[in-house]
Amino acid sequence: MIGTWLAGFLTLAILSFLYKDNPFYKLAEHVYVGVSAGYWLIYVIFFDVKPMLWDTFVTETGVEKWIILVPGALGVIMLSRWFPRSAWLSRWPIAFTVGVGAGLGITANIQGYVMPQVGATMLPLTGMNVMTLINLVLMVGVVTTILYFYFSKPQRGVFSWASKIGIAFIMVSFGASFGYTLMARVSLLIGRLYFLLTDLFHVIR
Amino acid sequence: MSNGLVKKSFWERMEEIDRRVIFLVLLVVVAVPLVVSVPVEIPPTPPVIGAHEAVASLKPGDYMMISIDFDATSAPELMPMLEAVLRQAFEKDVRVVMLGHIAIGLPLGHMALERVADEMGKEYGVDYVDLGYRPGYIAVMIAMGREIRDVFSTDYQGTRLDDMEITRDLHSYGDIELLFGFEHGAVIDYWVRYAAARFKQRMAFGTTAVMAPDAYPYLQAGQIEGLIGGLKGAAEYETLIGVEGLGTRGMPAQEWAHLLVIGFIILGNLGYFFTRRRARGAGGSPADSAEGTG
Repeated sequence: MIGTWLAGFLTLAILSFLYKDNPFYKLAEHVYVGVSAGYWLIYVIFFDVKPMLWDTFVTETGVEKWIILVPGALGVIMLSRWFPRSAWLSRWPIAFTVGVGAGLGITANIQGYVMPQVGATMLPLTGMNVMTLINLVLMVGVVTTILYFYFSKPQRGVFSWASKIGIAFIMVSFGASFGYTLMARVSLLIGRLYFLLTDLFHVIR
Repeated sequence: MSNGLVKKSFWERMEEIDRRVIFLVLLVVVAVPLVVSVPVEIPPTPPVIGAHEAVASLKPGDYMMISIDFDATSAPELMPMLEAVLRQAFEKDVRVVMLGHIAIGLPLGHMALERVADEMGKEYGVDYVDLGYRPGYIAVMIAMGREIRDVFSTDYQGTRLDDMEITRDLHSYGDIELLFGFEHGAVIDYWVRYAAARFKQRMAFGTTAVMAPDAYPYLQAGQIEGLIGGLKGAAEYETLIGVEGLGTRGMPAQEWAHLLVIGFIILGNLGYFFTRRRARGAGGSPADSAEGTG
């Protein structure tokens, strides 16, 4: 009961910003930021530092016990950014993170994104049916959009026309994204209003 | 134009409407269909049917991993589809393994899991389990391809995986028949590029409407088997499993809100067109009159 009232008050306080900025909105905003930060901190301690670092060090034996000290030390060194005189030390864990990220990212993007997507664009254009037309639209869309972003040659003549077709495809894509974004925002309003009308005001049963 | 001496046209008066009036109209248009429920037809689309069929293809005892990759900001869209997918899975006696990559969102997933499991009479540790959260997205996904215990040695309560019936024989993606992610951000890209591409893990996703256009290329390329996009997708899924949840109840409001916004867009463009024409007729700069419109 108290939880529902609290959630209702905070929802109305946030929505009140649509009228104008006010102390209730400020209160709800600060509560949200504070609770999120506190919650996140607890999660990091109990789901990351304790099981992955502390528990592993205490329970493991042999080499693994000592290997865990390496990422632990890198994590501590990252905090050196707080102190200007030793801030340069933080470059080591950052370099480690960037190196691992780049190494994993390059292979994953080629294997899991570029190749499958290129393969999915090479579609059959044989036969007089609807699928052929759809495949043709997809292929033209991909080629002309790529041409629009090709800046090594002045866009004149046929090249200009192709890039204009590419813009049309990009605009359709923006339109679809806008439509979906509108649906998302309205859905959030529906969710909050449904909560208010059902749990708080008991208008819907 | 706005000195009070010149009579303002209808379109000029429309331009000066307080935006709060528009908020109020939208509020009414969304609230009324929620109270006065008008049923609308919700025909399922192929991406949602694909997601439904992916779960339907599971056999009793199969493992389905559910990834909670959203937080409270996306809950109204993703919670209805999460509950619908859980209902279908539990009805088929599929074993559900939940985890998440968004720390502050995982409790929402756990709430839905407990609620649906309780309704369907399922037992924790036997029919379902919540592994909790581990940071590191990519590192977690890759490590699970080798051995889940390398990252999740215990569930969210600290119980060892070897001590629970459901997880005793669960080791890697090879044991998981389907991964179903609920996404409000880029984690879907990591799942597809690291777990699907490298370990050939079968996948389906439920995403926020904002994320759906980014996920369609994966569906078109056959990298994922199904996609539930936004509240409308949730409503379609509810139609497929024959349950009336928030997705279905929200559709009339969604429909009317969309019609209202389409009306506003047409009105705004007509206003822009007529005020520009009037300014041209009066010898003014079209750019001056267009200022603040659109």
